[in-house]
Amino acid sequence: MSSITQYFSAGRTSGKHTLPFVIILLAVTALACLSNLYLASDSALHVSTYSITLLGKYLCYAMLALAVDIIWGYCGILSLGHGAFFALGGYAMGMYLMRQIGDRGAYGNPDLPDFMVFLGWQQLPWFWHGMDQFWFAMIMVVLVPGLLAFIFGWLAFRSRVTGVYLSIMTQALTYALLLAFFRNEMGFGGNNGLTDFKDIVGFSLQADTTRVSLFAITALMLALVFVISRKILSSRFGKVVLAIRDSESRARFIGYRTDRYKVWLFVFSAVIAGIAGALYVPQVGIINPGEFSPINSIEMVIWVAVGGRGTLIGAVIGALLVNYAKTRFTAILPEAWLFALGGLFVLVTLYLPKGIVGLYTQLMEKRRPQPTKESNA
Amino acid sequence: MKIKTLVSAIALTGATLVAVPSWAADTIKVGVLHSLSGTMAISESALKDTVLMLIKEQNAKGGLLGKQIEPVVVDPASNWPLFAEKARELISKDKVDVIFGSWTSVSRKSVLPVLQELNGLMFYPVQFEGEESSKNIFYTGAAPNQQAIPAVNYLMNDLGVKRFVLAGTDYVYPRTTNKILEAYLKSKGVPAKDIMVNYTPFGQSDWQSIVSQIKKFGSQGIKTAVVSTINGDANVPFYKELANQGISSEDIPVVAFSVGEQELSGLDTKPLVGHLAAWNYFESVDTPENERFIKAWKAYKKDPKAVTNDPMEATYIGFNMWVDAVKKAGTTDVDAVEKAMIGQKFPNLTGGMATMNKNHYLSKPVLIGEIQDDGQFETVWETDSTVPGDSWSDYLPSSKNVIADWTSPINCGHYNTVTKKCSGEN
Amino acid sequence: MQRVPFSTRTFLLKLRKNKEQAHQQETLPLLIPWSMTLRHFIALCCCLFGLLSLQAYSAESSTPASLSVNQPPAALAPLMLKLTQVKYSKLLPVLKAIEANSDESMLPLFRTMMNGDLYFIKANKQLVQRIEVENQDAYRGIFSQQLIANLSEQAVSKIKVNNRLRGYLRNAIARIQLTSHSAEVRRGAVQALLSSLDEDTVATLERLYSSESNTKVKEEMGLALAINTALQTELPNSTRIAAIERLSGSLETTVRNKLNQLTYQDNPDIKAAAQAALTKITQRVERFGFLNQLFFGLSLGSVLLLASIGLAITFGVMGVINMAHGEMIMLGAYTTYVVQLMMPNYIDYSIWVAIPAAFLVSALVGILIERLVIRHLHGRPLETLLATFGISLILQQLVRTIFSPLNRQVSTPSWMSGSWEINPVLSLTMNRLYILAFSLLVFFALVMVLKKTSLGLNVRAVSQNRNMAKTMGVKTNWIDAMTFGLGSGIAGIAGVALSQLTNVGPNLGQDYIINSFMVVVFGGVGNLLGTLVAAFSLGIATKFLEPMTGAVLSTILVLVFIILFIQKRPKGLFPQKGRAAE
Repeated sequence: MSSITQYFSAGRTSGKHTLPFVIILLAVTALACLSNLYLASDSALHVSTYSITLLGKYLCYAMLALAVDIIWGYCGILSLGHGAFFALGGYAMGMYLMRQIGDRGAYGNPDLPDFMVFLGWQQLPWFWHGMDQFWFAMIMVVLVPGLLAFIFGWLAFRSRVTGVYLSIMTQALTYALLLAFFRNEMGFGGNNGLTDFKDIVGFSLQADTTRVSLFAITALMLALVFVISRKILSSRFGKVVLAIRDSESRARFIGYRTDRYKVWLFVFSAVIAGIAGALYVPQVGIINPGEFSPINSIEMVIWVAVGGRGTLIGAVIGALLVNYAKTRFTAILPEAWLFALGGLFVLVTLYLPKGIVGLYTQLMEKRRPQPTKESNA
Repeated sequence: MKIKTLVSAIALTGATLVAVPSWAADTIKVGVLHSLSGTMAISESALKDTVLMLIKEQNAKGGLLGKQIEPVVVDPASNWPLFAEKARELISKDKVDVIFGSWTSVSRKSVLPVLQELNGLMFYPVQFEGEESSKNIFYTGAAPNQQAIPAVNYLMNDLGVKRFVLAGTDYVYPRTTNKILEAYLKSKGVPAKDIMVNYTPFGQSDWQSIVSQIKKFGSQGIKTAVVSTINGDANVPFYKELANQGISSEDIPVVAFSVGEQELSGLDTKPLVGHLAAWNYFESVDTPENERFIKAWKAYKKDPKAVTNDPMEATYIGFNMWVDAVKKAGTTDVDAVEKAMIGQKFPNLTGGMATMNKNHYLSKPVLIGEIQDDGQFETVWETDSTVPGDSWSDYLPSSKNVIADWTSPINCGHYNTVTKKCSGEN
Repeated sequence: MQRVPFSTRTFLLKLRKNKEQAHQQETLPLLIPWSMTLRHFIALCCCLFGLLSLQAYSAESSTPASLSVNQPPAALAPLMLKLTQVKYSKLLPVLKAIEANSDESMLPLFRTMMNGDLYFIKANKQLVQRIEVENQDAYRGIFSQQLIANLSEQAVSKIKVNNRLRGYLRNAIARIQLTSHSAEVRRGAVQALLSSLDEDTVATLERLYSSESNTKVKEEMGLALAINTALQTELPNSTRIAAIERLSGSLETTVRNKLNQLTYQDNPDIKAAAQAALTKITQRVERFGFLNQLFFGLSLGSVLLLASIGLAITFGVMGVINMAHGEMIMLGAYTTYVVQLMMPNYIDYSIWVAIPAAFLVSALVGILIERLVIRHLHGRPLETLLATFGISLILQQLVRTIFSPLNRQVSTPSWMSGSWEINPVLSLTMNRLYILAFSLLVFFALVMVLKKTSLGLNVRAVSQNRNMAKTMGVKTNWIDAMTFGLGSGIAGIAGVALSQLTNVGPNLGQDYIINSFMVVVFGGVGNLLGTLVAAFSLGIATKFLEPMTGAVLSTILVLVFIILFIQKRPKGLFPQKGRAAE
């Protein structure tokens, strides 16, 4: 597909998918929540808390996929280290939740989290201060990934690190953080990470209502992020971003400071990933360095590719689908699920180069003849 | 082989999907939560097979409470959050009565809140750092005082070791064990300069510098030993490097807590003869029970070279105790079974009786063995009687006065004997 | 423009050559030069390694293994019987008694016992040695060396040894060997006894010193006696100081420990002399320590080089983001395992079979992957990431299903184990030394293939300008498949080498993939020399940082360094220039 078509197709679909997507997402969420809270658990329509938590997790992943898609699909920056931003957001939330435990931990120490007592620490490290305040923690959720993305992006894009070099550097970034967070001296709980959370802003994390609310908040956030991304990408800023994807040097020669566009988009994407991480942690109940593992970051890229890169809706669909498949496969085919998943990835690349969304558009285009054919040539 | 598994898996799934509602009442479901892929599959997959074999045997004996036992196997894929999710799935969706699972501490910590929330029951079969006691978990692996302390005593008393290298992978089990050992060694008069502590990341594969450091530390004219809490995968390159740098067991013996028969099966042990390990079980121990178990295992795996190890024995004891407890309680209800579990006795594979204590830890014998050239251990020392697992170590300042007791009137996993207070949510 | 080395003229020449050969090559175009290269390459490997291992063998055969003495003195019979009766915690006095009453004739007994092969027949308490005959346990008389037929495992019982006994036996053997015929053995014996000098040993050494004919052995004995002299407080200062000076030339750790002890003594002259000697020794030790660290770094670098060199082809030259590269390494390692399974009696030679076999297996799998999947993804490099990631999952699970998730045991050939002791503080482990040489060999072989063969020419042509190459008659499809096969095959060879160092398990590949990408990118994509330099500089940097910062932090620092370095030089150490780079 020529770059011009991509440009137009992205612009054209901008408004078209947003509204239906938001409506469907919120409607499904509302139904699921209501059915969980108000239907008897033996009812056929009852959605179990297990499913709610699972769905909440998927939605966090969907948000993360959205973040990856914004920079990969729209700006051509393949980040193999987005897990780092996700995990940093998660850790910020985890630290808040950890501090909420207070003296209810196994050792009953009101100031220090269990693992610090365990390691014989006497006082709270400086970076843990303030994390007991929800608002402060929420600022950190946005600030830490954003700042890291800014520094990294500012360095990398200014010196015009592109293509695979950039991808591998992002991978090095998340790998270095993985190793760092594994170290117990870092004060983030080492390999065990942060876990055994009790409650969030006063609500017990084990209560069904809290879980449902978290799920609903995640859905709302996803919808919000979706709309904002849509707006940004279809604004003038977004058009420049697309131009950078299609030919960076051309955009630069026209006079745009492409590095600045890339840095800000990268920061935006990292912030979304951080928020996704923060929503993820209270729902799964643990955050540990494993989230930094480079394989996780590769998987995120795969969700986007399966769904269809360059379309926001595709990223969401891909994340939901692949993770649902993973959940099902690990339960149905515990010994063979990697065959199925691996096979899925290979087949999708071979036969659905534009992902699932691409398949859908292909089918639609076949049905009705395209009037704008000649503009493609 | 592969196709067969695939077909049987599909068939099984199909059958389960179709038949779940009608079977649900007639079987007792047992969840198996061990990683079958990812980094931990190396260790955990054998435990999955152990549980399946035990279930098969129990079913052949007529099942439990007149019902058949049905295993539900899931793959948490060495992914810690996935452990929590799968545990939730097993308990709330598959409605299993008990879970056998987990290997790493972090996976257990990840599952723990789910078990508490849904009041599930889990048996944890691996040696670990202790410092935990939950109403919903029975710990059938060794606590530090059932492995590390006897091993160090052996080094000091029998081998005359006066200088120690505490080498471990950087995570909570080695950290805690080393902390306990450091405190213990100091209490025995070992000066701080004679203790070297070293931590390495998971999967460390280049041991050149560290082994040469150990060699240097160990060749200062004082008898030195290495106490290794190096985790699974990193051991093979570690031992290979030891052998190649010519560190023999007579010069600097290495005593390991995470190296068993299974880890040795991936290694050529000829250069390692004489290095030590401390466990509650060795395959080489000659008892009729053990012989039967090994025979059954080899037959089940259809592999004459299959080896058994300590976590498998822990699974074996745990499973059988659970069966007995269910029989005693007459139901699989978690609370009833939990009560019936305490005080359960079951014969160890190495002789003697294992007892489930009030803190949900086992009393087990401790064995120390030397590696032989056939990949087995030869017991060189053992405790006279069983050692009760200590849930909160006496050598750590933070848990010195703490006990766990799940019988009334205390009924607490973290009870301070001085302040008479129960803390932590249990 | 002139930077593009591949001019049209070369194309035309190439074209002409192709036409001339066209009629011969119809069936297997390009495979012929390809297999030629392979053969050459293997031959080269074999030559070098043959040379190295020959040396090892000859060294080994120069020390005859056993002494054949027929019967023990009759006086020892009750002690022998006792061996079979007491618990092994009480064995030590028995062994001491045996040593006191015997001579070289006890060597086989001590050796057998030390190796844990000493058994006795339950019926008549006769001591026997367990040996392996055609992979079956068999037993023979300790002293008579005669095979005892029809002994089952149940008829014999093992005399157990533990560390303490083994330690004693080792010294006892050394003491006996002090009077051995071979000077080399005598020297080894003195060295072994250095750290445990007791009165008896010193007396023996003093007795033997004057009559020793070999200068090296004599020197070693002199050293041992000097240690003893230096420690004797009742001797005059001058004698002791002379002894200390004698010691200052030695690098033995025992010497350092003893000197260290002396520095804590009251006698000021001795203290000063010991201190001076110690300083002198320490300086030398530090120099060698530096060399040792350099070797560690080079060795880590060679591992990185081996792991990434295949990727330098598939990723660097072809532009495929090959996430399945690690699994190709893994396949090579498993091939080594299978080869060893098939030839259990020839472990020493198994490597020679494993190297070509691993190359073939991985290369074939690579070609298969290229033909079935990657071929369809041309011009979409990022999507190769997705597909190859899927393939890597499948391959991992495949070996898990076929070989079980457990690690497999790969033995180290005897000529590759142990270490080369240059002096007491500097010894290089043999396996790493071989792997270092091997990695360089593979590297230069690969460079030769790319530079000198027609396959290499075609590969470079296609990677630089696919369409141009196509119009010139290069069969780009085949070249792609061959290139991918070459890269994968080399990864397979790397697997053979890694199987000697680390786990052979399903996760093997995962452990190396990230580092491999890092090395290739750091060196500059598409530049083999860059990969070489990058691998060794990262290896050395990590190893020099490690003692200061610990293993984890050194890796982190190196990663941060790479990230910052790439900001300075966005195309790596050796960027590709010219149009091909775009």
